[in-house]
Amino acid sequence: KNNVNIKEIGPGMAGADSDDSLYPIAVLIDELRNEDVQLRLNSIKKLSTIALALGVERTRTELLPFLTDTIYDEDEVLLALAEQLGNFTMLVGGPEYVHCLLPPLESLATVEETVVRDKAVESLRKISHEHSPVDLEVHFEPLVKRLASGDWFTSRTSACGLFSVCYPRVSSTVKAEIRQHFRTLCSDDTPMVRRAAASKLGEFAKVLELEYVKSDIISLFTALASDEQDSVRLLAVEAGVSIATLLPQEDLEALVMPTLRQAAEDKSWRVRYMVADKFSDLQKAVGPEITKNDLVPAFQNLLKDCEAEVRAAAANKVKEFCENLPEDSRETIIMTHILPCVKELVSDTNQHVKSALASVIMGLSTILGKDNTIEHLLPLFLAQLKDECPEVRLNIISNLDCVNEVIGIRQLSQSLLPAIVELAEDAKWRVRLAIIEYMPLLAGQLGVEFFDEKLNSLCMAWLVDHVYAIREAATCNLMKLVEKFGAEWAQNTIVPKVLGMANDPNYLHRMTTLFCINALSEVCGQEITTKHMLPVVFKMSNDQVANVRFNVAKSLQKIGPVLDSNCLQTEVKPVLEKLASDQDMDVKYFAQEAISGSSTGLFMEKQCALFPLSKKCFRDTWLPKCFVQLFTKQTILLFILTPNLPAEPSCSVYHHLLNLSLGSHI
Amino acid sequence: LALPPSSPSSPTTGFSVPSAEKVDGFPRRSMRRARQRRSHSSSQFRYQSSQVELTPLPLLKDAPVAELHDLFCKKLQQCCVLFDFLDCVADLKGKEIKRAALNELVESVATSRGVLIEPLYPEAIKMISVNIFRTLPPSENPEFDPEEDEPALEASWPHLQLVYEFFLRFLESPDFQPSLAKRYVDQKFVLQLLELFDSEDPREREYLKTILHRVYGKLLGLRAYIRKQINNIFLRFIYETERFNGVAELLEILGSIINGFALPLKSEHKQFLVRVLIPLHTAKSLSIFHAQLAYCVVQFMEKDATVTEHIIRGLLRYWPKTCTQKEVMFLGEIEEILDVIEPSQFIRVQEPLFKQIAACISSPHFQVAERALYFWNNEYILSLIEENCQVILPLVFGTLYRVSKEHWNQTIISLIYNVLKTFMEMNSKLFDELTASYKVEKQKEVKKERERAELWRNLEDLQERRLQSLTEASRNQKNLQERENTTKSQSETSAANTT
Repeated sequence: KNNVNIKEIGPGMAGADSDDSLYPIAVLIDELRNEDVQLRLNSIKKLSTIALALGVERTRTELLPFLTDTIYDEDEVLLALAEQLGNFTMLVGGPEYVHCLLPPLESLATVEETVVRDKAVESLRKISHEHSPVDLEVHFEPLVKRLASGDWFTSRTSACGLFSVCYPRVSSTVKAEIRQHFRTLCSDDTPMVRRAAASKLGEFAKVLELEYVKSDIISLFTALASDEQDSVRLLAVEAGVSIATLLPQEDLEALVMPTLRQAAEDKSWRVRYMVADKFSDLQKAVGPEITKNDLVPAFQNLLKDCEAEVRAAAANKVKEFCENLPEDSRETIIMTHILPCVKELVSDTNQHVKSALASVIMGLSTILGKDNTIEHLLPLFLAQLKDECPEVRLNIISNLDCVNEVIGIRQLSQSLLPAIVELAEDAKWRVRLAIIEYMPLLAGQLGVEFFDEKLNSLCMAWLVDHVYAIREAATCNLMKLVEKFGAEWAQNTIVPKVLGMANDPNYLHRMTTLFCINALSEVCGQEITTKHMLPVVFKMSNDQVANVRFNVAKSLQKIGPVLDSNCLQTEVKPVLEKLASDQDMDVKYFAQEAISGSSTGLFMEKQCALFPLSKKCFRDTWLPKCFVQLFTKQTILLFILTPNLPAEPSCSVYHHLLNLSLGSHI
Repeated sequence: LALPPSSPSSPTTGFSVPSAEKVDGFPRRSMRRARQRRSHSSSQFRYQSSQVELTPLPLLKDAPVAELHDLFCKKLQQCCVLFDFLDCVADLKGKEIKRAALNELVESVATSRGVLIEPLYPEAIKMISVNIFRTLPPSENPEFDPEEDEPALEASWPHLQLVYEFFLRFLESPDFQPSLAKRYVDQKFVLQLLELFDSEDPREREYLKTILHRVYGKLLGLRAYIRKQINNIFLRFIYETERFNGVAELLEILGSIINGFALPLKSEHKQFLVRVLIPLHTAKSLSIFHAQLAYCVVQFMEKDATVTEHIIRGLLRYWPKTCTQKEVMFLGEIEEILDVIEPSQFIRVQEPLFKQIAACISSPHFQVAERALYFWNNEYILSLIEENCQVILPLVFGTLYRVSKEHWNQTIISLIYNVLKTFMEMNSKLFDELTASYKVEKQKEVKKERERAELWRNLEDLQERRLQSLTEASRNQKNLQERENTTKSQSETSAANTT
């Protein structure tokens, strides 16, 4: 640790600066009291600056008391304060004085607003580690006790989060007191406090000695898990998982299992949901024997629960649960107990349940191996591929890679195809978008032949979709396909079709050609681009729709880097120049952009630094007049700034340059 | 392998929220609304293992007096059987028998005297509990918005309604004896009853409201407990979940409870006002229960004028920052409060209050500005302003002057001219002074702002210097330590060497 003790070097520093007196506390406090909340907030966020200006001693004696006294403000300000104070240890003089921070944080820990309180507790937890064991008992632990016995629920709620940080470092008598306080809060009158205690029970159990876990924590856990309010009971479930990891195997059955079993059967679906949600953790905590005897039937029940929420949560865990089953009996358990439930879920009435299942079910194939997958799982996959809910089908398709490894995708391709086709034509564009995103993956797994035969036409059809997002995704998809299958494939299969669209009567389709060219030029390489694509682009520069023409300009800029410099000079440049004198101002604008866009290296001369005109320059004050002139002449102007120019040339230099080059092409 | 024709039944079922989010990240309301109604399961149903066959009992009105109570009791027991209403054709006969029995029970309790004898109390309460107490099913729409979305209606309402009706008649019956009922309608019962207020079905909440009101009125021993539990529900709503469907109904009950508070107010009640009712204003869904909440707040003020300052300062503290819709509601509530405020109390809060009102007038949202300017149309408020013109006019003048020149909305500008005219008539001397000093004040502000910036710049310079010297010091210290360490280890090695 590299902690600097400010106290030792403090006085000397103050002497050196001798400007402490410049900042009477009142001036700074005025800032913290500013009427405008935003300014107050800004000041609080720079509290460390103020503290540093005051020095450690005055921070302790003047600033902190002020902060402690005036804690009645907007919650946002209080939140910032609570956060700042967690990092204040150095500013009050190091660990020796860290306890000075406790009074303001104590007040903040009693505030109503949850985020403020939570932040105060977080800061308290943080600075608790900086207390020496003695200070912890003298200053910190009494604070926890005060909070724990506060009148209003907020302070008691905050106390719950502080027990576990001080417990390990105090004497055994104080430990006993802390346990007692925690016990009291677990049976608090208000459900808010009981919820806080229940959510910290697991954490507290972890720092307790095993004997007290058995004697104290178990009874608290049992009580909270049978609380009259389900919001408390459900929090106890998580604590139960933590407690189970702490206990030796032989105690689990007697101490926690009865309660957990009861939670899995709770009358409130929220509690059962929580059990389902934590099932994998629970499984790891209790070990293989209890899993076999208890958790398997419990899991079956959750998969058959009457509430869809619970079933969906359980369905999400199917794969993980099966994976973690003890190896010796894994297959038997899955085949005899889990799979029958899974089969039912495939035709569940609720789509959330089905799609939760669809997102994990493919993972079972790696666990069960080839034969079982073909015999038992494949029918389920196929059924889900035909599900009425698109999300279910999407989830299956998106996880195809797991099955591919085990049985090869060919087994599925017969059913896959109709499913893909249906999704590809779904009425909802979001569904279509999702399936497009899986296309490259599918193409990789199905191979080029299958793709050409079955899917290519789909990919082309998306290019003329009536939703722009789909056309855009389809373009991107083509690029990924070319990356997979190579330029030659592109030239034979997709490039002709794409270029064919350049003659489409619909200008949106003609523009799609340009977008495809933008995306494909790089992956297809210079030859195809120059030979096949560029002529089409040139031809389109005469299109009657301005949108197409300015997209030609944009395309030329995009594909510039792929072309060789000769082609750029002799072919591209004239076309752009023609477009730059187009009637339409947008076309002109983009053509000029393309010409001056030095990133393409269009007309880059090696010795010169180019200074492209941009709209930004236009707004600058030093040449408005010249620019107006320039603009009206529609001149493409490039500055040549020689390296000899001073770094910040005076205005007159620019003026001169500008006048010189005005109207001239460079 | 031939492509199948694209299925005519391509999925038209709605798209669920999570998947929509997966696809493009923002949930779409229209999508959710188009969702198919999910059948609503009842968690209560899974605990009834085997279905009992109901057989019709003789009618109550035909029963000889001696057997009446026995038959009544049997009917109550019969009504403890629950039916699955999701399957609308299942056990139609049984459902009809229970419905008829419930109707008879309702009528009998409502019309005939002497039916409610002691042994029937536990049976009646048991029947009610079995039927109404259940874990409410998960909301089928996780982002249920009570203002926008259709509520999910309770499937078993045909029976449930009759049970509630029976309970209500039972409580309202002239034969009802609180001393007998309190043994069965206990704290646990009330707690479960309160939890039902979260039901999405407004019909159910309406019954619950009336019933809880009756319970509060008749069972005095439960009053404090009911208030405490309502507090807990509200606190949880405010600080934990922000979801509870029955806030408006509970507030409505509280409105009439507050009316009956004894004076002087107990600290428990004041605490309820300050720590529960006022923070309720922070809720996102305020619009649903704002009317009831404002009523409760005004009730408090009318009871005891000394709470006025707490209320106004509380509202100012929680004043909406970004939601103009809520801001308009707050302004409405402030006007309701000002309508009944005592002049002595007004003086205590006028300063912060009119600073906020000035801020509202300068809101770019014209509805907010308009709502604030309407205060000047309220005669009582106008009289309060006039009495305290010396204080209020300087607070709002700058804003009025500025906004009258800047606001985009013509209506606002003309409203402001009216307000300025009113002030001119009220106190022309002060008005002229303020007009004259407006520019000077503005300059002062600018100067102050500059000084602030200067202060912070200096502070930051100072911080930089201090941090620098700190790092230097720490480096020196570290070097020193290292040097010590090396000497130590050297001496150790040499010591080892000598041995």
